[in-house]
Amino acid sequence: MRTEGRPARRRKRRGKRAAYLVLLYAAAVLTAVIVLAPFAWLLISSVASPVDLLARPLKWIPSHISFDRYTSIFHAGTNDAAADFRSGMINSTIIASSSVAISMAVGIFGAYAFARIDFRFRRTSLLFFLSTYMLPPIAILIPLYLTMVRLHLLDTKIGLIVVYCSFITPFVLWILSGHFRTIPRDLEDAARIDGASRLGALFRVTLPLARSGLLATALFGFLLAWDEFLYALIFTSSAQAKTIPVAIAEFQGRFTVDFGLVAAGGILAAIPPLLIAFAFQRYIVSGLSSGAVKG
Amino acid sequence: MPGAAGTALLLLIPSLIVVFGIVVYPLGRTLYTSFFDVNSPFPGHYPFLGLGNYRRTFTNPAFWAAIRRTAYFTMVSTWFELLLGILLALLLNARFHGRGILRAIVILPWALPTIVNGLMWRWIFNPEYGALNALLTQLHVISNYRSWLGSPFLALNMVIVADVWKTTPLAAFLLLAGLQTIPRELHEAARVDGAGAVRGFFRVTLPLLVPSILIILVVRTIEAFKVFDIIYIMTRGGPANGTQSIAYYAYIQAFSNQLFGYGSALAYVIALFILGFALIYMRLLRTEFAY
Repeated sequence: MRTEGRPARRRKRRGKRAAYLVLLYAAAVLTAVIVLAPFAWLLISSVASPVDLLARPLKWIPSHISFDRYTSIFHAGTNDAAADFRSGMINSTIIASSSVAISMAVGIFGAYAFARIDFRFRRTSLLFFLSTYMLPPIAILIPLYLTMVRLHLLDTKIGLIVVYCSFITPFVLWILSGHFRTIPRDLEDAARIDGASRLGALFRVTLPLARSGLLATALFGFLLAWDEFLYALIFTSSAQAKTIPVAIAEFQGRFTVDFGLVAAGGILAAIPPLLIAFAFQRYIVSGLSSGAVKG
Repeated sequence: MPGAAGTALLLLIPSLIVVFGIVVYPLGRTLYTSFFDVNSPFPGHYPFLGLGNYRRTFTNPAFWAAIRRTAYFTMVSTWFELLLGILLALLLNARFHGRGILRAIVILPWALPTIVNGLMWRWIFNPEYGALNALLTQLHVISNYRSWLGSPFLALNMVIVADVWKTTPLAAFLLLAGLQTIPRELHEAARVDGAGAVRGFFRVTLPLLVPSILIILVVRTIEAFKVFDIIYIMTRGGPANGTQSIAYYAYIQAFSNQLFGYGSALAYVIALFILGFALIYMRLLRTEFAY
């Protein structure tokens, strides 16, 4: 009886395994489709002719492809939304990189203090920094606006950089302190016994070992700054400081006839963060989670 | 040589300046403004109202309607993100060919700027030319094109769809990191004890994911309660204020209606709501991390 039962059981198990694999690959394909389909449609919309986009029933595959909208964004005159868009890309790059650089420069020291020094209210003061994240921007928007007017910082890149640092720095402190804590303390102690100062040990031992965490934090900060909308909407009004989300929002308001042009602008605005996320996916994810979960 | 606290303070001074140097004065000023009937952005003499703006907030049906919508948005989007995030994390943790590529693809919605995400979904939901209408009619799911963003409650749910699509990946990746720290032996032990896959998940996996789950709940709840950008780009709070979140309502009061005193009081009330949520979750977190 036993010898008859075993192959049957094995067959049953093999059947179960096959069913599991089918389910697994079906789920993987479904996920990929749900994630990619909206992107694909945005891309198609940016190169399809307006006639195809407005057809009913909708033609999914455009009859011919044209990159005219992209060239018009890059070459149109200096006095319109396309020009605002181009300067928006440049402004966003400058503002996001500068705020990340400043936030990292100040945050590294603070994160080190939270990770390595035992002082009273350590946890409380980290939470105090993080609590700024709970404030709705509207709670500081109005006085900040008036202060900027007075300091002539309204509609300047510097004005936005200053504000962005105030919300990127708490993230740097949080993620980076968690990350520093994953680096063995002994290495630093050894350097200090050899005569290095606290800061010397931080720069020569801890920071080189925390490279992936530093990269993840910086990239995450960049994405945060690139994505910010409300402050930029209120504080900027001209091409000299307007960031890309604001330019895109105005783009949408102005080109209600041809969505394809908005789609092309949206794709261009999304390329830098998408490339960063795609290329550094491993770093960002492991850096964020090791910092956040252990912090 | 300064003591530990002194050194820590020294190292923290740059961060303190960059963060609180920007935030503290406006925060105090907003509190001050919230006690006056300020109706222009310019300095001047405005009537003192005491708690009048707050009384006005709490007795205003429009405020409570916005709070209800925001609470609905927050609860539904956060819990969907969490549930889908868990399923997605389990998928990304399973072994199959192409897993690496799938992981790289799944992160993309998270990196897409919120404004681009909003206009993309607005285009997909377009009542006359939208891809969703085209897809559903061609599949014979619906017979007529629908105005997805045209009625208040449906529009709110469609905004949630767009938000969930964008934010689920981050939840999934945080949970995936949690999954990867669970030793394989634990699963095997559960297997030996005769627990099936489902029971193994609830008995072994889920309890160990609690720290990641709580972090997602806290962060997403705070963020969802402040929701502004995606609403601005998708619906401008419409139709019939059906998607007007509390942050959007405060923005309209302050910047369109120039009711800066009332807007300031609203800002503080929102902050208190968020603080309340955060404290509840943080208490949960603390019991989790009691070390």
